[in-house]
Amino acid sequence: MIVDYLIDIIPFAADWPGLVFVSVVIFCAVPVFLFIAVYALVAIYGELKVSSFMQDKIGPMGQGVGLHAGKWGLLQPIADALKLILKEDIIPTTADRKLFILAPFIVFIGAFISMAALPFSQTLIVADMNIGIFYILAVSSLGVIGIILAGWSSNNKWSLYGAMRSAAQIVSYEIPAGLSIIGVVMITGTLSMQGIIEHQSGFVWGILPNWIIFQNPFTFLSFFLFFISGVAECNRTPFDIPEAESELVAGAFTEYSGMRYAFFFLSEYANMFVVSGVAAAAFLGGWRSPIPGVLDTPGWGIMWFIGKSMFLIFMMMWFRWTWPRLRVDQLMSVCWKGFIPIAFFNIFGIGIWKLLIG
Amino acid sequence: MGVAAAKEIGPVQAEEMVLNIGPQHPSTHGVLRLKVKTDGEIVSEVIPYIGYLHRCFEKHAESITYEQVIPFTDRCDYLGSMNNNFGFAVAMEELMDIKVPERVEYIRIIMAELNRIASHLLALGVYGLDVGAFTPFLHMFRDRERILDIFELTCGARLLYNYMWVGGVSHDLPRNFDSICIDFLDYFEPKIPEFNELLTTNKIFIERTADVGVMPAEVAISYGVSGPNLRGSGVKWDVRRDEPYSIYDKFDFEIPVGSGDVGTLGDCWDRYWVRMLEMMESCKIIRQALKTIPEGGDVHQMVPKKIRPPKGSIYRRTESPRGDLGYYIISDGSEIPFRMKMRSPALTALSVLDEISAGWMISDVIAILGSLDIVLGEIDR
Repeated sequence: MIVDYLIDIIPFAADWPGLVFVSVVIFCAVPVFLFIAVYALVAIYGELKVSSFMQDKIGPMGQGVGLHAGKWGLLQPIADALKLILKEDIIPTTADRKLFILAPFIVFIGAFISMAALPFSQTLIVADMNIGIFYILAVSSLGVIGIILAGWSSNNKWSLYGAMRSAAQIVSYEIPAGLSIIGVVMITGTLSMQGIIEHQSGFVWGILPNWIIFQNPFTFLSFFLFFISGVAECNRTPFDIPEAESELVAGAFTEYSGMRYAFFFLSEYANMFVVSGVAAAAFLGGWRSPIPGVLDTPGWGIMWFIGKSMFLIFMMMWFRWTWPRLRVDQLMSVCWKGFIPIAFFNIFGIGIWKLLIG
Repeated sequence: MGVAAAKEIGPVQAEEMVLNIGPQHPSTHGVLRLKVKTDGEIVSEVIPYIGYLHRCFEKHAESITYEQVIPFTDRCDYLGSMNNNFGFAVAMEELMDIKVPERVEYIRIIMAELNRIASHLLALGVYGLDVGAFTPFLHMFRDRERILDIFELTCGARLLYNYMWVGGVSHDLPRNFDSICIDFLDYFEPKIPEFNELLTTNKIFIERTADVGVMPAEVAISYGVSGPNLRGSGVKWDVRRDEPYSIYDKFDFEIPVGSGDVGTLGDCWDRYWVRMLEMMESCKIIRQALKTIPEGGDVHQMVPKKIRPPKGSIYRRTESPRGDLGYYIISDGSEIPFRMKMRSPALTALSVLDEISAGWMISDVIAILGSLDIVLGEIDR
């Protein structure tokens, strides 16, 4: 949307593609980056507090005068970020320097460019591509290349284990995630993110909002398949085996420190937002209000979309602070023996439902 | 999976890789190095290398007086210090033929059982951490903290107590100990079902621990494994019941054994579960002891001015949280032990690691190691 708008308002856009490029960077990339940065700070603070309440502690708190984490520890994520920025940047001598430096950026790019197709509201979307959801599924898995590079270039056995696990995991869980989305595409008949949300207006079953999750029992199941696969793609507990703190030290990121590590961290949180955002848009009505027709303006849309995404992110945090971690072979068997057959069954079910009931 | 998985993946020709787990690693429970031979994720051999915490406890004991040995026993198994003191005191008293006042016996048992709960809480919490669950760890630490508070109230120390002396204990119980201790038990007992809901019966936790690292009873016995690890394999052996020392024969308590409820008898889950049940039994013992503890008397009454045991030797074993803790003391009639040997239950538990973890995955080795609940301070001494 924004991209189209930019092309419309810039005179002679067709003649000066460079100008379009610069304005896209200024009006799209920078705001999206800032959004990720601010969101990550909020999410890290949220994670600290959520974990604290679940673990019977208070988490970051500021007290007294002098250097402290501010009211309710609100400055804690900023302090963490500052610490990571100021830390010494260590590159192991045996590491493959170029790949080692490149890896965090590739991981981040995967998460970053997925944001381009996330619909924040009716009007606020960087680019409403006609293949939006397909695009997100495609680029969000770019990150795995970065993780493999990180694991390989670190020249560390733990990193290599983490990277190999991560590659296997992300590639496997792409499939049930993609198959669940196929159900959505079958119902809506479009790959465009806005198109999918447009389809979810009005009511279903009389009282429920016409979100895809409520439309039929198969889509209800699809949502959980997609969300859980998404959790696995983000490498979050119970699927955090690539990092597996107690087994692999820090997995693929063992040798990283300072700002390079911060980029992995940032991408993890950005990925969580992308997965939650796609789940919210594809199954939970995106920027639509839970009560159709009430507060359904574009301004409120931003709130609904971010609210729904943050709720799903909260669910991920809840998982993380409650559950143990699966073993690598169990993880694979859950995916290949559990999720993928169910996902195929779902596609079949949704097709039948669409034919018979509509 | 595990062994079966190894067979399935068998035909793939690949080189074995040697992986060093530790000495700096989040889940080696101290400073331990495991040299692991792996084929991909599957482990073919686990060789523990110990000695990073060796402080020459046994040799050192030959140059210090018996009183001075007691603080060193604290530092062996630093999670079960009370029980280490207890074992040494019991052995020495038997050697010197001292009969300690009954109140002292009661105090010792209350302390030893509280310490057992604290130690098991740590073992279980850290086990949760080993399989990736962070929250149970902090919940259990929260409750362990209350036990440490009780110890602090009693003897001023929170980890290394030097509490049980030969012939007595260092301090009598504080005045309101009864109510504090009952308060703790009333608080703690309902927490156990909570832990079970959070971790023990969690589907993923069961997947990770049931059928993993099965230690059959014969293997456990032939390696000399003792304590909760042995009982996890279904062998009903507890020094407190089978060779009662102090006044354990006065109390009514069960010896929980592994049942193979969710998996195979002797798997990681069983060892975990035995510890959970043992905490409940310890609560029972403490409640009984608090009811019948005699009042008055001096806890230092039988403490000798100078410990000078007669010529001779003694081997006495007691049940520490980790199992069969034995002290072998040879006295030449002087104030200094001639030779001193400590039989560490954690060392025998570690020696079985290779036997039960070959064929499993790296993650399982961590889970198996955690389920054995070793303390490196005691292994290296």
